[in-house]
Amino acid sequence: MSSLSQVKVVVVGNGMVGHQVVEQLRQKSDEVQITVIAAEARLAYDRVHLSEYFTGKTAEQLALTDEAQYQEMNVNFHLNTRVTNIERKEKFVETDSGQRFSYDKLILATGSYPFVPPITRHEQEHCLVYRTIEDLEAIQASADVSKVGVVVGGGLLGLEAANALKQTGLETHVVEFAPQLMGVQVDPTGGNVLKSKIEALGVTVHVQKATQVIKEGETSRYRMEFADGTFLETDMILFSAGIRPCDQIAKDNDLEVGPRGGIIINNHCQTNDDDIYAIGECALWNNFIFGLVAPGYTMARVVAGNICGHPQEQFTGADMSTKLKLMGVDVGSIGDAHAKTPGALTYTYENQPEGIYKKLVISEADNKLIGAVLVGDNSDYDTLLQYALNGIDLPEFPEQLILPTSRGDSPALGADALPNEASICSCHNVSKGDIIAAVDAGSCDLGAIKQCTKASTGCGGCSALLKNVFESELQKRGVVVSTDICEHFSYSRQDLFNIVKVGKIKTFHDLLAKHGQGLGCEICKPAVGSILASVWNDFVLQPDHVGLQDTNDTYLANMQKDGTYSVVPRVAGGEITPAKLIALGQVAQRYQLYSKITGGQRIDLFGARVEQLPLIWQELIKAGFETGHAYAKSLRTVKSCVGSTWCRFGVQDSVTQAIDIENRYKGLRSPHKLKMAVSGCTRECAEAQSKDVGIIATENGWNMYVCGNGGMKPRHADLFATDLDTETLIRYIDRFLMFYVRTADRLQRTSVWMENMEGGLEYLKQVIIDDSLGLADELEAQMQHVVETYQCEWNTAIQNPTSVKRFRQFVNSDEKDMNIVFVEERGQIRPARESEKVELSLNADEGFSSANSTDKAEAVV
Amino acid sequence: MNTQWITICKTQDLVKGSGVCALVNGRQVALFNLGLAQAKVVATSNWDPIGKANVMYRGIIGSESNTPYIASPLHKQRYSLLDGASLDGNSETLVMHQVKLEDQNVLVKLSH
Repeated sequence: MSSLSQVKVVVVGNGMVGHQVVEQLRQKSDEVQITVIAAEARLAYDRVHLSEYFTGKTAEQLALTDEAQYQEMNVNFHLNTRVTNIERKEKFVETDSGQRFSYDKLILATGSYPFVPPITRHEQEHCLVYRTIEDLEAIQASADVSKVGVVVGGGLLGLEAANALKQTGLETHVVEFAPQLMGVQVDPTGGNVLKSKIEALGVTVHVQKATQVIKEGETSRYRMEFADGTFLETDMILFSAGIRPCDQIAKDNDLEVGPRGGIIINNHCQTNDDDIYAIGECALWNNFIFGLVAPGYTMARVVAGNICGHPQEQFTGADMSTKLKLMGVDVGSIGDAHAKTPGALTYTYENQPEGIYKKLVISEADNKLIGAVLVGDNSDYDTLLQYALNGIDLPEFPEQLILPTSRGDSPALGADALPNEASICSCHNVSKGDIIAAVDAGSCDLGAIKQCTKASTGCGGCSALLKNVFESELQKRGVVVSTDICEHFSYSRQDLFNIVKVGKIKTFHDLLAKHGQGLGCEICKPAVGSILASVWNDFVLQPDHVGLQDTNDTYLANMQKDGTYSVVPRVAGGEITPAKLIALGQVAQRYQLYSKITGGQRIDLFGARVEQLPLIWQELIKAGFETGHAYAKSLRTVKSCVGSTWCRFGVQDSVTQAIDIENRYKGLRSPHKLKMAVSGCTRECAEAQSKDVGIIATENGWNMYVCGNGGMKPRHADLFATDLDTETLIRYIDRFLMFYVRTADRLQRTSVWMENMEGGLEYLKQVIIDDSLGLADELEAQMQHVVETYQCEWNTAIQNPTSVKRFRQFVNSDEKDMNIVFVEERGQIRPARESEKVELSLNADEGFSSANSTDKAEAVV
Repeated sequence: MNTQWITICKTQDLVKGSGVCALVNGRQVALFNLGLAQAKVVATSNWDPIGKANVMYRGIIGSESNTPYIASPLHKQRYSLLDGASLDGNSETLVMHQVKLEDQNVLVKLSH
């Protein structure tokens, strides 16, 4: 769209919605000139998951973007800057720093501010709000010198804030003006159930309390006095009693605002000035302010579409249904939760002992679901939401939808029953039709669907539904979702693992004879080789296993393009003595190997001929080295920073931890390579969050991260558990790794493994931390077996004459492969290029040219 | 070029379910032992025509339907061990040599 190249768009505000509109604009046009003016000190971050700041997430991890990314997207941005004036006629804005920015289209995404009730003396120290990262820092600082904390406000945000306070270790209270918690989303009975559940978690709830004054306390810092004459003592107060739109800039510039605030917008999200849009929590549409992120994202899409030439896109309201987990308590609210629609009828189910409450609201007239409330159990939420959103006819006995399954089969809504418009992922606005289109375009695994539609990559709440829709679509196309590993075994890798383990099968030949057919192939042989090694841990080059090994395993080294190998001895944790460094250098010099430092903090020696490998290793082993398994799908390295031993900032001894961990898991064969790292403090110099298992030291122990990786599709690891002692840490890693080894597909990294797992990270936590499958002891025992049967494969190999015999180019001659030719570059060898070989062969002795040219001649016969 | 049978090595020099390489009249020959119970040997050129290195003997032996094949250790292209043709639709092929076993000896007759 060439006409867009002159269009100047100024976006005021860089919250989640402000950032979304920038992304949407850039996605739709490379040419629009985008300027962002934001009052906060940092670019957009995830406010929805703000309370995770107190469970170890850093500001960087909450960030939705960073400055480099904005620069790459060619977005101008000005942080810490407020717009003070809009010159609507001349179309420019002025900032508090005196700068002017002219615009063709202006987007106000100024968001909201926390409402603080008019309470006498609320503006003093330790009376705080909960909205920005700076607020969180202030809360943490206040909590550090407090014992008791109160949240004023028992709505959704208030309970989130209470969760945050509880995480800081304070005795936590919630004070609510209304007679119940979450009055907007749930009905009074639901509110009661929620109250007792939250109180059982140690948070005291006070309802129907109107705070009038905050005085000096007797036992604590403050005393809050309520209208009914009672009081509550506390050291700090957090106000979270709703939001108010940041609309001052609109009022000052004659843009229309609602009587109770909010910049009035039409279906195109335009204000009464056609060139000025308002989106997100500052905007008032149809007399309503949307305090959720999803409607804000929809507005952002509409505005970006309108600016980039799609005027037909409109905002027509948003579903305010909500599913969330507050302090571990499920709460769900759909549509008309309070049954206010005339003629609405309800079904309710209440289970007081377990703290579960469910309500259906239906319109009797047309037999449809129009609302629902769920407390204590959200498992029916997805199904109910689909019924409500898509106007699907209710089953004959609607109560079955909320009754426990043991007392009558709950008819799950099949993916087929959903219309194509059905929204599957509300975070990214992905419909069933979008999933179908992705399947038609060739996406044939769940990971690919997620990648191309973005479905289930926001809150992740729709992952089970997504999987159902995807699998049902594949089946409709006659695709049998085959998990067979290849034509020789009609089993998945996980099946084969179990067969090997339970059937005590020790060789590929035995497995093939009993459970497979044919000769095997380059798919199943290495996979079975890896399984046999994981389960029995026998020497990989023993005669029964030698033909199974993939390119690198079979010669215990990494094959390079010319057929030579590289050699990587283990340097656990990246720690190496000068003597060993010298020894390594001497070997490299003697065999004229190209030397390079790897990303995993060790040294790679290139250019070894196959027949040199045993000789090189004999010397390395003598110098105290052992194999580094760089050739295997197994643990590679545990990278570390120098930690508290030397570093001024370190809080734990990361080097010792890394060495211990590397020595524990070295040699473990796994579905794909495994990388780990240990950082000695949150500065994270070991880059642990890009590893399969990352460990970061805290004042109190170790935080464990899982399922990260670098490479082509980098993925940040997820925080898995916090402040672990070393013993627990090792136990979790044992279980995690062995569960991965058992259940992953071949060549599936931990990240993809988890993404394809139903329930994802939460499920993994249940299995590993809560032992929900009762597998923990078995997983640990199996790991212990692997640890105890470790051998340095090179040490075994060089002592075994049969193995050593394998390491030769020719069975009948000691000549060398004359096609391997090196030239010198920067003082080291490198493989000669084809043109260089031709040049060299013209001057070289006959031996080289004859052997080489004959073989090439054969290639073209 | 002479096309007589040449004794190369002993059968125990072969590796069950895998390959070794021999230098025969200056040419590199890959010898694969497909037999699991008793030796069944196939000989091909050792030059990987796509990877451009003398490495075919280090590949993995497999089968598709009933066709045994060798997969290049460099980039996994597969060549039939019946006739040396590519099983991935490439024009590059391996050269097949005749091979026989006599009294624990492995003999090869080179193709042109």
